[in-house]
Amino acid sequence: MSETVDYDELLTRYEPALGLEVHVELNTNTKMFCGCTNEFGGEPNTHVCPVCLGLPGSLPVINGKAVESAIRIGLALNCEIASWCRMARKNYFYPDMTKNFQTSQYDEPIAFDGYVDVEVDGETYRVEVERAHMEEDAGKATHVGGSGRIQGADYSLIDYNRAGVPLIEIVTKPIRGAGAKAPEVAKAYVAHLRELMKALGVSDVRMEQGSLRCDANISLAPIGDEELGTRTETKNVNSLRSVERAIRYEMTRQAAILDDGGKVKQETRHFHEADGTTSSGRSKEQAEDYRYFAEPDLMPIAPSREWVEELRTTLPEPPAERRARLQADWGFSDIDFAAVVNSNALGLVEETVAAGASPAAGRKWWVSELSRRANEAGLELDELAITAAQVAGVQALVDEGKVNDKLARQVIDGVLAGEGEPAEVVEKRGLVVVSDEGALSAAVDEVIAANPDVADKIRDGKVQAAGALIGQVMKSMRGQADAAKVRELILAKLS
Amino acid sequence: MMNILKSTAADLGRAMAAGELTSEALTQACLDQIDALNPTLNVFLSVDADSALEQARAIDARRAAGEELGPLAGVPIGVKDNFCTTDFPTTCGSKILDGWVPPYDATVVAKLRAAGLVIVGKTNMDEFAMGSSTETSYFGPTRNPWDTERIPGGSGGGSSAAVSSFMVPIAVGSDTGGSIRQPGSVTGTIGVKPTYGGVSRYGLVAMASSLDQPGPVTRSAEDAALLQQIIGGYDPHDSASINQPVPDLVAAAASEDLAGVRIGVVTEFQGEGYEPGVLDRFREAVEVLREAGAEIVEVSCPAFNYALPAYYLIQPAELSSNLARFDGMRYGLRAGDDGGASAEQVMNLTREEGFGREAKRRIIIGTYALSAGYYDAYYGSAQKVRSLIMQDFDKAFGQVDVLISPTTPTVAFKVGERTADPMSMYLADLCTIPSNMAGNASASFPVGLSEGLPVGLQVMAPPMEDARLYRVGGVLERALEGRWGGPLLDQMTQIEGSKAVDA
Repeated sequence: MSETVDYDELLTRYEPALGLEVHVELNTNTKMFCGCTNEFGGEPNTHVCPVCLGLPGSLPVINGKAVESAIRIGLALNCEIASWCRMARKNYFYPDMTKNFQTSQYDEPIAFDGYVDVEVDGETYRVEVERAHMEEDAGKATHVGGSGRIQGADYSLIDYNRAGVPLIEIVTKPIRGAGAKAPEVAKAYVAHLRELMKALGVSDVRMEQGSLRCDANISLAPIGDEELGTRTETKNVNSLRSVERAIRYEMTRQAAILDDGGKVKQETRHFHEADGTTSSGRSKEQAEDYRYFAEPDLMPIAPSREWVEELRTTLPEPPAERRARLQADWGFSDIDFAAVVNSNALGLVEETVAAGASPAAGRKWWVSELSRRANEAGLELDELAITAAQVAGVQALVDEGKVNDKLARQVIDGVLAGEGEPAEVVEKRGLVVVSDEGALSAAVDEVIAANPDVADKIRDGKVQAAGALIGQVMKSMRGQADAAKVRELILAKLS
Repeated sequence: MMNILKSTAADLGRAMAAGELTSEALTQACLDQIDALNPTLNVFLSVDADSALEQARAIDARRAAGEELGPLAGVPIGVKDNFCTTDFPTTCGSKILDGWVPPYDATVVAKLRAAGLVIVGKTNMDEFAMGSSTETSYFGPTRNPWDTERIPGGSGGGSSAAVSSFMVPIAVGSDTGGSIRQPGSVTGTIGVKPTYGGVSRYGLVAMASSLDQPGPVTRSAEDAALLQQIIGGYDPHDSASINQPVPDLVAAAASEDLAGVRIGVVTEFQGEGYEPGVLDRFREAVEVLREAGAEIVEVSCPAFNYALPAYYLIQPAELSSNLARFDGMRYGLRAGDDGGASAEQVMNLTREEGFGREAKRRIIIGTYALSAGYYDAYYGSAQKVRSLIMQDFDKAFGQVDVLISPTTPTVAFKVGERTADPMSMYLADLCTIPSNMAGNASASFPVGLSEGLPVGLQVMAPPMEDARLYRVGGVLERALEGRWGGPLLDQMTQIEGSKAVDA
């Protein structure tokens, strides 16, 4: 039996169902249950106190800002907001969990019954959100020696800076009916959440830093079957591209098992970036018993209706309205606008325009130039090491005539390589356009002398032949010549 | 000249304020008494004489400099060993925390320090506060000063024995199912469980979070009132903390009579299983209360009959979760870490070695009660009983101002007598548990002796009405002392080695 089967072929026999659990780390100033700073990084175990270390005697106190963010997220997901809910203890062992229980929510989530509409190839899919609940993050364990997993490690180092960071877990209902588009729908959903969280300002949504991470449940059922198949849960998928790849892989892997008459094992799986495969993690054949019960150290949460309505007024513009507004503002055709949306560049172009560039320039750089680079690097557009403000800066250099488009690409190279702001890159790489007539004139003379045939054609009135000479001049001046001036000079000299 | 060991904390505070006594002299006297009696009674798990004397001298110096100090400034105090202290180990009576010195002070401890009290040491307790006899302590049982063959109650037997043996005038305890009141009852001291949330739990190592409540252990109602006013009040570090000012408990304790006070006698807490001597002292006390002007009525609280079994599901359930953090990884004992064992083996060995029998028993019961298939049958049902108990209290407090009962069905039993029979041990908290389940205020006051051993009377008041306990307790105390010709503890026979009893 082969490990996987052909993707298109499996779709003739099986219907996938997805369930996505997305964890969002909130960017509150302090942690979920204590006053420690909530910052990514830092020397290990420097943002800790008795509460987030779970020391004996310590007690949690809930962060009001985290509750506010949770409610705003719930509202943005079109959820109901509970008028009364509680935190619960989820009792299980995890090496970097300080109390050996996680303070979370169980049957009383703060937000429930919502939905999100996502677009894939012009079609809208409605993803139903079952719940969004609050919980705390665990610390970070580094297992030293062996395979890097806890089993067989020589020792483990634990950093509790992340312990107690507020999380919102957003859980979908089973997503069915996406068929072949299932991986894309999942990717679009996560991308949509990321955009939404960013617009809400509640999270840094940096997938590579784990501030937004996705667990993907996937199952296959024979087409026409009402019942869901056995699912696997692929944990901590850390990029949009990986969401899509992991789901696609799991579909082909599960189909191979089912084709062979086997049974899919319910388990958690790990995704491997390098080859796009998943491997078996913890077996979940027997459901864990988390022994949930209402957290006795915290009072119930009862957000007033007035507060919830007040928070509703702070929500960002709904995505569809926003798209319509931006297209009108920018004066883009449907095709031009779709190119921006399909490149996931809407927000980036918007920011670039806000930083002073024209909409057309914003589109030009993000949709063509930067999308290509992102693809080559296997990154999402906003994971590139260049900000919208920097892109606007590059365009400003073009507008000022300091660089041309070709040089501008080199400026972008420099920014991406960490050489600094656009102006600094121009300086460091000496990329300024030369429009000084003296310097250009000499280069033009050289090129005319080296290409007498072309020069003759131009003298004969074939002006379009000048392009070849311009190219030569540009080449000799490493792209730094002012093309318009060069053309002027050539024509003047050969008239 | 006053007998400084037998004096109340309030009197000692007044004497120090008047310049008749120094904290250093008082602290030294307490340390001497501890030295003399601790080998017999095993009350203190840790004492730091140098630090205590240094604190005392600092208070004396501040007073000498003319600083206005609180009423208990300079008074030595014992603290139960489940409150975090930065200068003493906090063991919770368990091997698993043997020698652990926390990096922070419990709010109660911080408030004691701020009020100028001198913390002389940490008192013995049942392991992680589970027990009614202080016999489950890893550091050995504490003895009752009235009869060293007997238990001093639990889990706060150390704090109660420290106060009843005149080692310190006052102490702090914690009460989850009666751990301040029941030891108070069997040692002839006053024990108060304030309203849940009235005193911060921050830094109190949790047994059962929804039931735990710190409170005073003293020899007079006035002392208890003074102490509760110091340790009580809002604490932003405890979500359950009540954000209201502490009422004037000292004034309540000084009440002259009980005119207009309606007192309900709980019918469920008398009769079978109650020692006749306990019931006799209780009934005599009821008459004293009646003479003081109270109206006495019988009140039935039928759900109280189910309080004990419900408690023994909720409390182990919460405890099983709270004790999960003790895994040998970050603090306290670590067993089996010889380089060849896996992390999981180290945790297993640490828990095997570090937890005592009672802790293991309750962890298993609690884990079972919370497990998916049994949650509704056990934990869920127990929570329903808890609601019924609250309803019984609500109904009763619609008719009366306070409820009363014996604090315990029996006087102090003998060391070892009930250790093999957990059920009989659990019965010691029969009368005290309903108040923890409902979160209301409750206290035990001594009302005499039966067969030479102390008997306590429990007063229960609605949440936030702690002042009512003090009013009843204060009047009762003065009336009884009038009859006895002095405090009940003066009737204690000489403890071997004691300097205080006939000093």
